[in-house]
Amino acid sequence: MNLRNYTLKIWRQKDKFSPSYLDTIQVKDISPDMSLLEMLDVVNNHLITINKEPIAFESDCREGICGACSIVINGIPHGKERGTTACQLHMRHFEDGETITLEPWRAEAFIPIKDLVVDRTAFDRIQQAGGYISVNTGSAPDAHSMLIHKNAADEAFDAAACIGCGACVAACKNASAMLFVGAKISQLAHLPQGDPERKRRTNAMVMQMEKEGFGSCSNTLECEAVCPKEISTKVIAELNWEFIRSINN
Amino acid sequence: MINPKIPNGPIENKWANYINNSKPINHANRSKYHIIIVGTGLAGASAAASLGELGFRVSSFCFQDSPRRAHSIAAQGGINAAKNYKNDGDSVWRLFYDTIKGGDFRAREANVYRLAQLSVKIIDHCVAQGVPFAREYGGLLDNRSFGGSLVSRTFYAKGQTGQQLLLGAYSALNRQISAGTVKSFPRTEMQDLIVVDGHAKGIVARNLITGELRAYTADAVVLATGGYSPAFYLSTNAIGCNVSATYRAYKKGAFFANPCYTQIHPTCIPQSGEHQSKLTLMSESLRNDGRVWVPLMHNDHRSAEQIPEQERDYYLERKYPSYGNLAPRDISSRAAKQVCDDGRGVGPGGKGVYLDFSNAIRRVGKSVISARYGNLFDMYIKITGENPYDKPMRIYPAVHYTMGGLWVDYDLMSTVPGLFVLGEANFSDHGANRLGASALMQGLADGYFVLPNTIAGYLNQIKPGLIKDNDLRITESVDTSREYIRRLMMIKGTKSPDYFHRELGKIMWNDCGMARTESSLRRALSEIPKIREAFWKDVNIPGSDMEFNQTLEKANRVADFLEFSELLCLDALKRNESCGGHFREEYQTIDGEAQRNDEEFCHVAAWEYKGLGNEPVRHQEQLKFENIHLAQRSYK
Ligand SMILES: Cc1cc2nc3c(=O)[nH]c(=O)nc-3n(C[C@H](O)[C@H](O)[C@H](O)COP(=O)(O)OP(=O)(O)OC[C@H]3O[C@@H](n4cnc5c(N)ncnc54)[C@H](O)[C@@H]3O)c2cc1C
Ligand code: FES
Repeated sequence: MNLRNYTLKIWRQKDKFSPSYLDTIQVKDISPDMSLLEMLDVVNNHLITINKEPIAFESDCREGICGACSIVINGIPHGKERGTTACQLHMRHFEDGETITLEPWRAEAFIPIKDLVVDRTAFDRIQQAGGYISVNTGSAPDAHSMLIHKNAADEAFDAAACIGCGACVAACKNASAMLFVGAKISQLAHLPQGDPERKRRTNAMVMQMEKEGFGSCSNTLECEAVCPKEISTKVIAELNWEFIRSINN
Repeated sequence: MINPKIPNGPIENKWANYINNSKPINHANRSKYHIIIVGTGLAGASAAASLGELGFRVSSFCFQDSPRRAHSIAAQGGINAAKNYKNDGDSVWRLFYDTIKGGDFRAREANVYRLAQLSVKIIDHCVAQGVPFAREYGGLLDNRSFGGSLVSRTFYAKGQTGQQLLLGAYSALNRQISAGTVKSFPRTEMQDLIVVDGHAKGIVARNLITGELRAYTADAVVLATGGYSPAFYLSTNAIGCNVSATYRAYKKGAFFANPCYTQIHPTCIPQSGEHQSKLTLMSESLRNDGRVWVPLMHNDHRSAEQIPEQERDYYLERKYPSYGNLAPRDISSRAAKQVCDDGRGVGPGGKGVYLDFSNAIRRVGKSVISARYGNLFDMYIKITGENPYDKPMRIYPAVHYTMGGLWVDYDLMSTVPGLFVLGEANFSDHGANRLGASALMQGLADGYFVLPNTIAGYLNQIKPGLIKDNDLRITESVDTSREYIRRLMMIKGTKSPDYFHRELGKIMWNDCGMARTESSLRRALSEIPKIREAFWKDVNIPGSDMEFNQTLEKANRVADFLEFSELLCLDALKRNESCGGHFREEYQTIDGEAQRNDEEFCHVAAWEYKGLGNEPVRHQEQLKFENIHLAQRSYK
């Protein structure tokens, strides 16, 4: 197997109060079968053995579903492979000798924690504002008491595939969260269960989104291009439509 | 003595009787009770939401940055429920029977029956929450089949069922957070359980951003902290999964049941090198359409398409004609190991078997297969760079799930009064082997339906708010945790926590993995303490404990794995039989199947901690099979 060498330029920042800088690290003997994060593991294990602070970065599932990993790779959130999270990006996609720049998500609403890790709890607060159907445990009718058109179920699923990583925000020049918010609105708007609360939900989520300091959409569509789950900007159109409905009475 | 507190009466009526005889807490008094729930996976999130709805005050903890990222998010294939929507003869009884048999007769009948009963309500509730399950053109829910069952009872949302169910539970949790009944503490890791006068009264937890350690007191503590597969280092679990919460509760008096029951999943992407940080599951649902085979000839190095049909061994179909490719996990994994040990494995090192979709693609077309498994195929392509639409997947067994966990009674309460344990963290429902699509079912049954009905039994007996944060016994617990962390920070050795974790993983996989023997287990038991000692001398944690420090988080967890693994191996050594996922080579039938010993081992082993270096005490809970006849498991 031909092992490869890289130059890493990595955003380092001790905490939200400290200034950031780009650290340059040379890495050697990297297998093309490693994921980018496994390459960082190798770097970190080495840094620990020489008593230097390892690079803080986030990950958990390492299979593209939990949404924890969040790195801007050579200027693109999650890197240039389509429909791929950073944890699923393998080193075979990088040329031997390449310089790889790694930065955190940058947006006013995402507060730096350390190196490549930022605080994304703003997303949780938007969901808490209204991203649910009000049904208490134990009160549901039989699942088959309600027929749902397959297309509606499929469309709801496509929107619900959002992993809440925040790449959409990181890619947007306005740091807009409308793809993220639209995904939830669209999921529940396609389902009959979501109907009774649709206006209240849309209103509350949009208000919270603005309060958190996310910008508005100006149709550059970068979010769709970087979304690891390839969520369509159609959900933003749906969000706008639902929002207009929610304020007109 | 351990008393499972199983209600009287015929099995069909036990749960209804239990509820009829229980005394709920008066609505007006519920907010006086503060309940801590550690974990926001399916079990923890559903419990926190449901208790919040009832009006209790709940604090919910997870170590991830958001409750939505709990490991449950990664579950792929589906969730079982005895709906019999397919009219293929399913029933509560059949799900009960399949689960007991699948668990190789090592689970408690009463719990499993309740689980099968509740399965039906889970689907109703999740649909009401807006979980977008797969549907048929007529608008009804679709089902697929999973291993160990002859009926189709698995509900799914593509290969992302766990994600959709967890987002449903997360939304219910969010609704309670917004209503003010639940307070959420993400990035806050439990360090210890606080026990006062024998009762669980809170936790010590570390804020992972600031490093602050503090106590949180409560009237009851619920652990829904998941399984311990990463004791083997490589597993299909998220890399943050750990045993710390349950192990530390064990050290505080909660018995640990059947730690040796670990599940090795047959269909995972084989390891590609030393650097590997985790293994990736290819959902069991793939075996609905994929056929498992290896070459008939030994050391056959031809590529798959060059091997003609008559020179292939579809060994699962051959050995288990009635279940075929849907034989249960333990059996399929062992069969894979056997053909690989026999020199007929494929791919690098001969550690792999084929999972072949060419028949299915011919039968139903590529687009149908892609609709069913698209995201799994994409995942495979990303990791291996190979395309399973054109050539068969290569798969190999990997550690996946842990049936063992803290011992609980019918109420899901541990041996420490006031400490409840839910989901994968407890031991209760899967015996020695879990059937596919049953973990999601159990986690949600525990959280949505069981705990909200059983916790009152305990709360009724205590006075709420008895312990205050400034109680001396509470501040002492915080000091003990602080001292422990200080000791870790002070080691200042030369190696990373990962280094020791990997070393541990090698021993666990080789000596306590798919096949165990007395001598391999004894070897593991003598090696693990050496690694542990080396760890406490030579691990290095740069930085400080009063900041965001991922090396410290990791070291903290590895330290517990290094103790817990010994318990796991000891349990495996003392269980002188093979059952389900626990395969002792000494105990097998002539055709290589697990040979149980019902005379001596038809019991749960529940371990009591007696201090590091002292052998823990093995208690037994006898299992009684009053409804299902104890029989040798057959899938032929
Ligand atoms: C790849 C994969 C696919 C699977 N597919 C299926 C499937 O199709 N069907 C099925 O039925 N099962 C499946 N399973 C099994 C199933 O996903 C798990 O058993 C189940 O999700 C466990 O849920 P849980 O709520 O018990 O714990 P988890 O989801 O593991 O959650 C644990 C929680 O505890 C928290 N926690 C842990 N320790 C601490 C601590 N010290 N302090 C604070 N918080 C802590 C974590 O933050 C997390 O929130 C799969 C498993 C894997 C690995
Ligand atoms: S680590 Fe979970 S999506 Fe990347």
